Amino acid sequence: MKTTRRQRKFGHQLVIYSGATVAVMFCVFPFYYAILTSLRTGQELFLPAYLPNGYHWHNYVVALVDNGIARSLLNSVLVATITVGICLLVSVTASFALARVPFRGRKFLLFTILCVSMFPQVAVLTGMFELVRFLGLYDSLGALVLSYTTFSLPFTVWVLTTFMKSIPVELEEAAIVDGAKTWTIIRRVFAPILAPALVTTGLLAFIGAWNEFMFALTFIISGDKRTVPVAISMFSGASTFELPWGSIMAASVVVTLPIIVLVLIFQKRIVSGLTSGAIKG
Amino acid sequence: MGQLVLDKISKRYGTSSEVIKPLDLTVNNGEFVVVVGPSGCGKSTLLRMVAGLEEISDGEMRIDGVCVNDDSPSERGIGMVFQSYALYPHMTVYQNMAFALEMAKLPPTEIDKKVQASARILQLEHLLDRRPKDLSGGQRQRVAIGRAIVREPSLFLFDEPLSNLDASLRVQMRMEIAALHKRINATILYVTHDQVEAMTLADRIVVLNQGQIEQVGSPLELYDHPANLFVAQFIGSPKMNLIAGTIAETGERETVVDLENRQRIVLPVDTLGGKIGDSVWLGIRPEHVQLIDLAAADVEGEVLFVEQMGNETLLYVNSGYGSEPLVIRLTSRLEIAPDQRVGLRLPTESCYLFEVDGRAFGRI
Repeated sequence: MKTTRRQRKFGHQLVIYSGATVAVMFCVFPFYYAILTSLRTGQELFLPAYLPNGYHWHNYVVALVDNGIARSLLNSVLVATITVGICLLVSVTASFALARVPFRGRKFLLFTILCVSMFPQVAVLTGMFELVRFLGLYDSLGALVLSYTTFSLPFTVWVLTTFMKSIPVELEEAAIVDGAKTWTIIRRVFAPILAPALVTTGLLAFIGAWNEFMFALTFIISGDKRTVPVAISMFSGASTFELPWGSIMAASVVVTLPIIVLVLIFQKRIVSGLTSGAIKG
Repeated sequence: MGQLVLDKISKRYGTSSEVIKPLDLTVNNGEFVVVVGPSGCGKSTLLRMVAGLEEISDGEMRIDGVCVNDDSPSERGIGMVFQSYALYPHMTVYQNMAFALEMAKLPPTEIDKKVQASARILQLEHLLDRRPKDLSGGQRQRVAIGRAIVREPSLFLFDEPLSNLDASLRVQMRMEIAALHKRINATILYVTHDQVEAMTLADRIVVLNQGQIEQVGSPLELYDHPANLFVAQFIGSPKMNLIAGTIAETGERETVVDLENRQRIVLPVDTLGGKIGDSVWLGIRPEHVQLIDLAAADVEGEVLFVEQMGNETLLYVNSGYGSEPLVIRLTSRLEIAPDQRVGLRLPTESCYLFEVDGRAFGRI
C-alpha cells in the first residue's frame, strides 16, 4: 500500500524519536540508578525497584562527613582548577607560537605533540613516578597537577593551534599597526576570539583531571590528600564484608554534579566551540 | 604632515631574487597615489613594507624626512585599511576605533573625543555600540577607515579596500574615499588591481609590474602617453589592440608604418630613435577605432562576436592581423550580426607606436 506524504513523515519522526529515547535512556540510566541507590538503605539496596521508595539522606552525610569525601572534593577542585589554569595559559601561548611564529621544525613539533597525546597512561606511569620523586612532589597535590597538565597539554595545544590558525593573519597585523605588542595581541585580540575553544578545551581538561584515577592512586598515600575517585574506592562499610553501596552512590552523585553544572553553564559556548571554524562564517 | 619618500628600497626573501627591485617613489603631502598592477606584481608587498609589516631589505624609507626603516608600524604614524577589514569581531565599533588610542595610552576623555570626531566624519555615530557582525559590508569598510583615521596618521595605507564589496557599493565607497581625502587632506598610498579605482581616485598612478615601476603619472598621462606596451595594455578596458608592422620612414613629426598586410599608414609619432625596417607594434584603443564603409576602410574584417551592454557595444573583429581579434567599442547601439564584413578606420591621431621591446615612441 502506498503511504501518503504525511504518513511517511510521521513514520520518520517515530523512528527518530524512538531512537533518541533509547539513546537517552542508555546514557542516563546509570546515573539515575546511582541517584536511586544513594537514597536507599539496608535491604532496599538489593531490591530491583526502578522508582524511588523513600528518601534517606543519611548516605550523603556518611559519604561527605564520615568518609571525608568533603576533603577529597576540595582536593579535586583544587587540582582540576590549577591544572586547567596552567593548561590554558601554556597552550594559548604555545599555540600562538605554533600557529603564527614561523620557525624550523614547527610541523615536526606539532606532529610530535599529536603523537604524545596518544600515549596510554600506564606506559608513562613508571617514568612519571620517577619524575615526581625527583621533583620531591611525591604524596602532594603538586604531583597530580604536574601529571594531569602533562596529559592534557598535548590535546589543548593541538586544538587551540588549529583554532588559532583559522584566525585571519590580517587581524593580527591590524593589531600590530594599532600598536599592540605580542602579549597584548594574545590577551586582547586572540583570547576573546578563542573563548569558545578555550572553554571547550578547558572543560575537557577539567573533566580529565576530575575523573583521573591511576595517577591519583599511585602518587598519593595520605588520606587527606586523596582526590575523589580514589577516596570513593577506599570507602569501607561497617564490616570488611560489607560494601557500602548507599554512600558510594551518594558520593558518586556529589562528584558528578559539579561537572554537570559546569557543562550546563558553558553549554552554549561548548557547542559553538566544537563547531566554529568547521565552516566559514 | 605626511610626505613619504622611498629611496631605492627593495625586498628579497632569503637569497632568492628580488620581489621588489630597487624602487624610488615620493608621495607628497596630501597626495593620493594609487599603486596598480596585475596580481603578484609586488604591490601588496610594497604596501606592507611601507606599513612596517614586512622588513625592507635594502634602501631607505623616510616619512617627513625621518628615516623609519627600523620603526615599528605604530611608530611610523601610519593608518592602514585592510582588504578584509580585519575588524576585531569581539569589540564594538567604538572599541575597535579606540583600541589604537588605548595602546598609545591616551586618557579616556581624549580617546572619547577622538573616536566621536572620527565617527562624525564617517557618519558612524549611530553604529558605535554595534559589533562588526551586525554591520553591512560598506559600514564595516567605514569602520575600518575610521580605525585608521582616529589616530590622525601622517600617511594612510589602503590595501585593496574595495575588492570585497559588490559592484554598486564599490562605486559608492569610491566616492566616499575621494570625498574623505578632500575633507581631511590626507596623504594616501592606495593599492589595487582595479584600474577603474586607480583612474578615478588617483592624483598620480604608479604602475607596478614584477616588482618594478613601469610608469608614474597622472591618470590621463598614463592613458594618453603610456611609457611602454605594458602600461598601454594595463590602463584602459578592454585593453588596447595591437597590430604588428615595420617602420617605412622615420621622422620627428611623422612616421610611415607598413602594417602586416602591406597597408601603409602615416602616424604623428616621433621615431627619430628608430630605424627604417624596425619591427614595431601599432596600438589603438577599442574606443578609438571607427566603423566605416568597406570602400573607405583602412582595415576590413569579419565580425566574430557582438557584446551588447546597452550603453555600449563591443565588436570582436577578425581582421587577419595576428591571432587575436581587434576589439571595437562603440557608444552607439548597433544591430550587427556575426560573420558580417565591416570596414574599420584607425584614426592616425589616436594611434600609439611601440618598439618590439615594448618602449613607446613619443606621440605628438
